[in-house]
Parts: sequence; structure tokens; C-alpha cells
Amino acid sequence: MEDAAARLARDPRYIALVRRRGRFTTVLTIIMLIVYFGFILTIAFDKALLARSISGGATSWGIPIGLGVIALAILLTGLYVWRANRDFDPVIDQLRAEERA
Amino acid sequence: MRRVVPALGVPLALLPASAASAHAIGPAVQQATNWTAIGMFAAFVALTLAITRWAARRTRTASDFYTAGGGITGFQNGLAIAGDFMSAASFLGISAQIYADGYDGLIYSIGFLVGWPILLFLMAERLRNLGRFTFADVASFRFAQTPVRMVAACSTLLVVLFYLIAQMVGAGQLIRLLFGLPYGYAVVIVGVLMTLYVLFGGMTATTWVQIVKAMMLLGAASFMAIAVLARFGFSPEALFARAVDVKTALAALAGAGPDEAVAKGRAIMGPGGFIKDPISAISIGAALMFGTAGLPHILMRFFTVPDAKAARSSVLWATGWIGYFYILTFVIGFGAIVLVATDPGFLDADGALRGGSNMAAIHLAQAVGGNLFLGFISAVAFATILAVVAGLTLSGASAVSHDLYATVIKKGQADSASELRVSRITVLVLAVVAILLGIVFEKQNVAFMVSLAFALAASANFPVLLLSLLWSGCTTRGVVAGGLVGLLTALVLTILSPAIWVKILGYDAPIFPYGSPTIFSMPLAFLTIWIVSITDRTGRAAVDRAGYPAQRVRSETGIGASSAHQH
Repeated sequence: MEDAAARLARDPRYIALVRRRGRFTTVLTIIMLIVYFGFILTIAFDKALLARSISGGATSWGIPIGLGVIALAILLTGLYVWRANRDFDPVIDQLRAEERA
Repeated sequence: MRRVVPALGVPLALLPASAASAHAIGPAVQQATNWTAIGMFAAFVALTLAITRWAARRTRTASDFYTAGGGITGFQNGLAIAGDFMSAASFLGISAQIYADGYDGLIYSIGFLVGWPILLFLMAERLRNLGRFTFADVASFRFAQTPVRMVAACSTLLVVLFYLIAQMVGAGQLIRLLFGLPYGYAVVIVGVLMTLYVLFGGMTATTWVQIVKAMMLLGAASFMAIAVLARFGFSPEALFARAVDVKTALAALAGAGPDEAVAKGRAIMGPGGFIKDPISAISIGAALMFGTAGLPHILMRFFTVPDAKAARSSVLWATGWIGYFYILTFVIGFGAIVLVATDPGFLDADGALRGGSNMAAIHLAQAVGGNLFLGFISAVAFATILAVVAGLTLSGASAVSHDLYATVIKKGQADSASELRVSRITVLVLAVVAILLGIVFEKQNVAFMVSLAFALAASANFPVLLLSLLWSGCTTRGVVAGGLVGLLTALVLTILSPAIWVKILGYDAPIFPYGSPTIFSMPLAFLTIWIVSITDRTGRAAVDRAGYPAQRVRSETGIGASSAHQH
């Protein structure tokens, strides 16, 4: 098993996969962190901002922004799953098939 | 029979009169035994016991017991994970918070959701590729087994214990209210049923009970939210406007001047007192976000699926269901402002909710669906506690039997049968401890215990897991020191914080002024792991670092991972 791991660690396809996936998850993680901590820090520094009415009615800016954070969390998760299924899995499947052969 | 006031038809001028008539009703009605609810709950219990019987026949090995043989699909696991997060505390607690403060409840629920993408991007697939039964399998992968497993088991048991106490006390209080049963009975019933599920059905029964409950809760909450919106022609603006009017009228009734009343009414549409200063905001946010990625009973769920692909899709399903559920809860909370706060039948003499502040969603169930639906929602709330408690107990038992007994004591030489026996004994012990602590803490304010569990998970488990997965320089000594520092700092700072130091121990001023310790304890854990690892010159440290490339390949590709398919 050690041999297989050492061999894989040098495989250019493996190296490229890890780099691409690492970059992608880092970007997604940073987006989520900025949006969420941006959201609660906005509230911590200026409460009135999100309480402001959108168009004179009862609905405040906080509603679409709050729901937007929820939607973004689901969206980013979906985006990762979509790309992982499409781009990352085929490479792993191929490496695994060669390893078994 | 209680009269339900149609939401749109009642002029607010009637409110004072209705509130006055509430004096006659009084809170005594609450104690009546609710046979509809008990009947529905009995039906749920019968169903879950049938599931347990079916699961028991398939639970033979340790792998069946801990991880349902790895045969759960991504969709099923996603529902079960969502079920773990849609606890009675989050359903009743968040809807109650929205009922009281409006928008603050949404801020709180968002915190519980945003940890899932992080868990997916950084951990979910690597966990599945490296581990078998517990997150300690992953954290100790290339390290000396005994010390790392001992720290992981300690933090697992602490997190599970605090979470369990909160659930047991909540169960006792809720069931006394909903079913009219004494507190002690309720705690014992929860303890006994949970023991049956876990003892005989293991992870298979625990997962399916969680799935059934999650579907019931999602269905019931959807019905309530749609029923509320239907009364406002499916216009959220109309619902919000009416809720603001109700809160304004209530504030005026309580003696506020006209301008002050309007301001109080508007306040539910924006942030209130939940987020205070920036430091508390980041600290609570970090606890919720990174705690999710460190809760042992959640991490354990990733070992129930066959491969990394299924682990990935289970997070997407879970995030989707949990996000949808929190949007429903938001509508339900506002629906309760409009339909429950205006109905004297649901209020006591002072205008507070009958049965306590957590009853907003329960009363709303009666307002929109009558007594039969009230019974159903009560049964679902009880079922929710059972399912969550079962998952927690299984996770605690696996830490004792798999990490402490099989690895630390038997040095990996334990056979499946004896490991399983230790698991089952631990389940019994944990059940007795949970029942006793549930009774001991009856009169205590346990609200802080869930946030403490999150803070511990974020401060001890998350840094240990993340650095052991992603940093080649990490050593045994580093993760042991960092894990202990994170755990102890979070624990001590919580004791010195307002929730315990002032509210429970009765001192005048807290020594640690913030709501959550995480902003200090989590970075401190990371820092400790880093400093101790880079200064570690032991022979073991060389072995730890040399083990990284092989661990990395397996965590990224799953090649060499145990494929836990059942045959």
C-alpha cells in the first residue's frame, strides 16, 4: 500500500487534481467566511442598516439579505458537488482503476 | 373549545378586551392530559420499535452497530443529518425566539447553517476516506494512537454529555407541558426508548428513526408555514406588516407611548439584542460555524455512507433541508406573532404564552390545524428529542468502546464481539447517566449547554481534525496539547462567562464578559498545535511527519480506504 501511495503522490494527474480541488475549495470556503462574518459584523456595527425598509413597507433589507445567506450556503454546496461529480471524480476513478489493475 | 381569531378580520382595537378576557382562562388548563397527542406519540413509538426490530436482525458486527454497515445512501444520510440539526430545541427554540424578537431568530438559525458548506469543503470526503467508525480514527490516523484517542474520547464524551443534558431537560419540560405527564416520567421514557433503539438497532435504527422523524417534522412545518402564508394571500409583506401592527399594539398596551410603540413594532424586522458587540458576534458565529464541523455525532454520520461521493451528496441534501427548515421556522415564528399573540386562549393573565416561552410553534399548530394537528406536532416534538438523543448516545458509546476499549486498552486486538459488548454496556451506562442528570438539572437553566457543546467542538475537535488532515508538520504531541488546551480554555471561559458565573453561580459580574469563548479558545488551540508541533523533536514526531504523504493520498482519493459496502 505504501508503494501505491508513493507512486500516486508523484502522478501528475493526482498532483493536478489535488491542486485544482484545493484551489476551488479554498475559494468557496473564503466566500462563505466573508459573507457570513460580513453579515454578522454588519449587524454588530450598524443594527439600523438591516432594519431599513426596502420600499416603505414592512419588509426590511434584512429579510432578503438573511435569506440570501441561506441560499448562498446551499448554492455553494451545490456548486462544489456539481463540479466534484463532473471534474474530480472521473480522475479519481481512473487512478483507482489503474491501481486495481 | 378555544376560539381561533381569524387573523385579518380582527381590528387591533379589540386587543385590550381580548387580553382582559384572558384573565378568566388561567394557566391550569395546561396540565390536562392530552390523549390525542399521547395516541399519536404511541403510534410513532410503535413504528420506531418495528424499525428497531428490523434493524436488530441486520446488526451483527461492530461495523453494523456503529455505521449501519456503511449502507446508507447520500440522500438518506442527508435527511438523517438534517434530523440531527432539526432538534426540538431548534424547532421550538428558534420559532419562539422569532415570536419574541423577530429577526434575531433568523440570525441565530443562519449560524447553524453556514457550518455545512465549510464541513463539506474541508472535511466530509476526507473523513469518509480515512475513517471507519469515529472521528478519532481520522484525527489519530498517522499519530500515536493512545494519547490522541484519549483526548478525542474525552472531548467526545464532554460534548455528548452537555448536549444530552440539554436534550433531556428539554424533553422533561416539553413533555410535561404537551402531554401532561410528570417531568420524571418523561425523562425516564426518553431514556428507555432511546436505549432500546441504540442497544438493539445500533446505527441502522438510529438513522431510520431520525429519517422518519425528519420527514414528519418537515411535513408538519411545511403545512404550518403554508397555512400561515395562505391567510395572507401568500404575501410575506402582508404577513410582516400585520406582525408589526400586532407588536405595535402590544407595546402600546404595555404602556409605551405612540412613537415608542411604533419603534417596538418595527424592531422585529431588524437585528435586536442577539448580537451585541463585534467580539461576541464573531465568537458566537465561529462557535456555530466551526462547531458543526467538530460535533462527534455529526462527524460519525459520514461513516455510514459507502464512499466519498455519497458523503458529498449527503451534505448537499442536509444543507438544503436545513436551510428550507429554517425558512419555514421563520414563517412559523411570524405566524405565531399574528395568530397566537392576538388570541387570549393561548395567553396567560400577563399576556405571556401559556406553558412557557417555547410554546409559540405548538400553539400555532392548534391555531392553524386544530386539536388533531396539535397532537401530531406534540408527538413530532417528542420524537425529535428521542432521535437526537439516540444519535448522541451512539456517538458517546463508540468513543468508549472503539477509541478507549478497542484501541487504547486492547491495543487494536479486540474482536468485534467484545467491542460490541462494551458498546452496549456503555449505552446502558450513558442512558442511566442521562436520566439522572436530566432529573438533577430539572430546575437549572440549561440553555447555555448546547452553545457550550458547540464551543467545545469548535475549540478542540475542529482544530485537531483540520490540522491533522491538512498540515504535514503536525505531530502527536501537537494535537494532544492543542486539543486539551482548546477543550479546557473553552470550558473554563464558559464557567467564567455570564451564563454560568452570574446566572447560575450568582456572582455580580462575569470574569469573562463575552457570550462565547470560541474567539479565544479556537485560535489558542490552533496556535498550541502549531508551536508544540514545530518544536517537537521526538522520534515520534519524525514518524508522524513521515506518515503524511500516504495519509494525504488516501484522504484525497480514497485509494486504500475500507469500502464499507454491505453484502
